[in-house]
Amino acid sequence: MELFATKNFGKPEALTIAGYKALGGFQGLDKALAMPQQAVIDEVKKASLRGRGGAGFPAGVKWGFLPKDNPKPRYLAVNADEGEPGTFKDRLLMEGDPFGFLEGTVISSYALNVHHAYVYVRGEFFKARRIVQDAVDALYKEGLLGKSVCGSGYELDVTVHPGAGAYICGEETALLESLEGKRGEPRIKPPFPAVVGAFGCPTIINNVETLAYVPWILAKGADWFAGYGIAGEGGPKLFCMSGDVKRPGLYELHSGANLRELIYEHCGGIVGDKKLLAVIPGGASSAPLTVDEIDVGMDFETLKKKGTMLGSAATMVIAEGRCVVKILARTLKFFHHESCGQCTPCREGTGWLHRLMERLEHGGEPDVIRKDMGLLFGICDNMVGNTICVLADAAVMPTKGFVNKFRGVFEAHMDGRGCPLHRDAQGHP
Amino acid sequence: MPFEFTAAEKQQIDALISRYPQKRAALIPVLHLAQARTGLITAEVVHAAAGVLGLTAAQVYEVVSFYSMFRKAPVGRRHVQICTNIACMLRGAEDLVAAATRRCGVDVGETTADGEFTIEEVECLAACGTAPVVQVNEDYHENLTVESFERLLAKN
Repeated sequence: MELFATKNFGKPEALTIAGYKALGGFQGLDKALAMPQQAVIDEVKKASLRGRGGAGFPAGVKWGFLPKDNPKPRYLAVNADEGEPGTFKDRLLMEGDPFGFLEGTVISSYALNVHHAYVYVRGEFFKARRIVQDAVDALYKEGLLGKSVCGSGYELDVTVHPGAGAYICGEETALLESLEGKRGEPRIKPPFPAVVGAFGCPTIINNVETLAYVPWILAKGADWFAGYGIAGEGGPKLFCMSGDVKRPGLYELHSGANLRELIYEHCGGIVGDKKLLAVIPGGASSAPLTVDEIDVGMDFETLKKKGTMLGSAATMVIAEGRCVVKILARTLKFFHHESCGQCTPCREGTGWLHRLMERLEHGGEPDVIRKDMGLLFGICDNMVGNTICVLADAAVMPTKGFVNKFRGVFEAHMDGRGCPLHRDAQGHP
Repeated sequence: MPFEFTAAEKQQIDALISRYPQKRAALIPVLHLAQARTGLITAEVVHAAAGVLGLTAAQVYEVVSFYSMFRKAPVGRRHVQICTNIACMLRGAEDLVAAATRRCGVDVGETTADGEFTIEEVECLAACGTAPVVQVNEDYHENLTVESFERLLAKN
């Protein structure tokens, strides 16, 4: 399998400008700077590059939302606040090939006539932030950033900005609030960031992986990129494989890669050759697929039709013998912890669901459990669509998904005596 | 404990402020800068940060209280942050938590009496492909087993 965004991984020379160039870097940038700005946007649009942060919105279309007649400065915010449970691709892209996504950042900034790009790097990523900062410093030193990028007369500054530990700041408007030095509480849309974004100015927010593929679109052409994936979802694609597989890790295949092949061929199958129980295909926010549902293409549209989502392609594989109630309880603990607290349905709903699942898994008053289980879907329906951002929806999707697909397992937990897997032969906890 | 930014830090802060169209945007980097020296964000740090950025103390407090990395209480010299999210849980994170609390003799969220270790459970650290992962201060330790984790804790 030919590699693209990950081809420089493990090569220390990729961390220097000369080394990155010797490995074939900056071809996309050279081409872009020789093109009119609109032509670069058109190329990315034609490549059908879908945003790789989770929502899968076509990147070129998003770029087109910038107002043409707004005299204010424009900004590009690079979303490197990777935190969806199951995903680790952006951290590896920054640590393994920092000039790759930075080249994409420069190309995209040029195309959008942006003169300042902010790379918002998750707070916990100390190593990635040092590597990216060193790369940015080197780009300034070599004249690839600053007053005249590569002598083209185009001016661009890039600033690396740290987060401070908040999953919600990966949501694009929360990221902007955080960048402005505020609490990371999502904004009501509209106005959309392309119109009123960072510092009240038009702003485009793109994920690290999205930008890492931009140089490839320019270097090899939009037709090549579009043809590499599936219709409407171009290009190579990163898959974060984790959980009960023999060879977890990052796999660079193509949009629409088959999930069964990913698990059984690329990852070598299930640990201990156990049977598969379920797969969480797109991060903690996505509904699970059962063992009968894994002959499926890993792309945004196919998984949407299956009632789940590709998200950031954070694929967590679960073997038989695992308790799905425990996994859902852990998922809801996460969302409860990460709810920013702005909207009541999310703040209260995530906590309610979390406490209910803890009681199912660890035991509790049977009457309370039965009553809460009766209210479960009502709680979920009162959360979805009633909040400023989609964190509440993200907690509901796995909740409904696991309960609907593993109803018997949940019912077996309802007597208040905790997980059946942890009981003795007489049924005592 | 009184706190003031040093002359060198003030220079760094000026450089940070110059990167943004609004001074307030430098707040999170400034708080990181302070915490790197003090180990936590005290009331004095809040007032100093407010002072250099022309903010009210309330504007700084509301940010400090929102983000998990800004510490309100001191931690041990080794801040052991064990990811217990799904991928790490499937790969044995619970055994690591048990090993850490057993070895250090404290519960999750506590610091040892000698000030060496603070044990904490944290959310996904984005190292699921090399799970389980533990972050000690700034560094990740991946693909841990109970044995390799205990060796890590035993090291000085």
